[in-house]
Amino acid sequence: MDLSPIWLTLKLAGITTLLLLLIGLPFAWWLSKGRSLIKIIIEAIITMPLVLPPSVLGFYLLLAFSPQHGLGKWLHDTFDVQLVFSFPGLILASVIYSMPFMVGPVKSALQQLPASLAEASYTLGKTEWQTFRYVLLPNIKPSLLTAAVLTFAHTLGEFGVVLMIGGNIPGVTRVASIAVYDSVEKMDYALANNYSLVLFSITFILVIAVFIFNKYQAKGPIV
Amino acid sequence: MISVDIEIKLKTYHDRPSLKINRQFNTGSITKILGPSGSGKTTLLKIIAGLGSPESGKIVADGVTWFDAGQKINLSPQKRNVGFVFQSYALFPNMTVQQHLEYATTDADWIKQLLKLGQLDKLVNHKPDHLSGGQQQRLAILRALAIKPKLLLMDEPFSALDSKIKTTLIAELKLLLTQLGITTIIVSHNLKELEMFGGEVIDFEGLI
Repeated sequence: MDLSPIWLTLKLAGITTLLLLLIGLPFAWWLSKGRSLIKIIIEAIITMPLVLPPSVLGFYLLLAFSPQHGLGKWLHDTFDVQLVFSFPGLILASVIYSMPFMVGPVKSALQQLPASLAEASYTLGKTEWQTFRYVLLPNIKPSLLTAAVLTFAHTLGEFGVVLMIGGNIPGVTRVASIAVYDSVEKMDYALANNYSLVLFSITFILVIAVFIFNKYQAKGPIV
Repeated sequence: MISVDIEIKLKTYHDRPSLKINRQFNTGSITKILGPSGSGKTTLLKIIAGLGSPESGKIVADGVTWFDAGQKINLSPQKRNVGFVFQSYALFPNMTVQQHLEYATTDADWIKQLLKLGQLDKLVNHKPDHLSGGQQQRLAILRALAIKPKLLLMDEPFSALDSKIKTTLIAELKLLLTQLGITTIIVSHNLKELEMFGGEVIDFEGLI
């Protein structure tokens, strides 16, 4: 069995999760503070990958990343970067596709914290960033872990979007889910089963680990 | 001296009456505010701390304008140097007693002094969920004092303390507030609880 699709999948999921931790956390924090029309619209856009067929999202990303149009053309002309059928393109598509899995749980957890926690920190002279870093973030640890694992697991299971953007280039864009599809097409069910079992095992272990962690995070009521 | 001349709309009342307050709080003075739930006591404290805004008016502390609706001045809570003891304590579940105080100040001697005052010096490594209600309340008071505030606002600060600890803490706290010249405003619905503090009393019931 060629293990490169598995490694590529893990690499893609790892990088996507790290990038979403960097981008998604400040974003979730911003969305959690107050309501405005612009925030509602942005949140709706972020949530779209949850309800859209992956092929629809993949199609529009394919158009956007195409070196003949808009963003793709600009990146190609300015930085000589090609997003379609490349690993960086897969990463960008995965970040967009998995964003609701990071932003949603973190935003909800931040909104559930009592407002007085941040207020107490402000009266101690702390900035919004210090309050976020030292008070809010440590108190949503279980939600943070859940969001990170969900993002990782969701990226592992991507199929429609990665097929549209990356195609099936061995060692470059051929992730495990594509390898499963490819093996079935070639009637090689044993190989498809091997890839599927690996994916199933990894995601199952991850989900079990989150459940165990959350169970033992015996937190007292937030006062 | 802190001068408060503001108008607050009270959301808890259906006909939305407003509360007008025009009061001077002398430096180092202790003022007790009494009144029923929903009369605007907590709202007033939050507005003075910069955690909310009144409908109109002005708040000036020692010549510095903290809030002026007309001139659109609203100093952030970080810049007001106000200690706030929340009714819900608002302790940080992730921090120990020591970490709470270290988050507020880097003065190690002052932290030691505060821990002694609140009788929490043997519980420095405990997090809030491993403290009793009274200990949590004392920690909330110590944390507010840690920044050596110009003004200390306390919202029902002694409700969870037993009478023995309350007597000792109030006596020592009063001494400390006098030594540091901290202007103090205490909100309570129990006048008896605050008798030891002395100072002026404002009854909110008559103000609505």
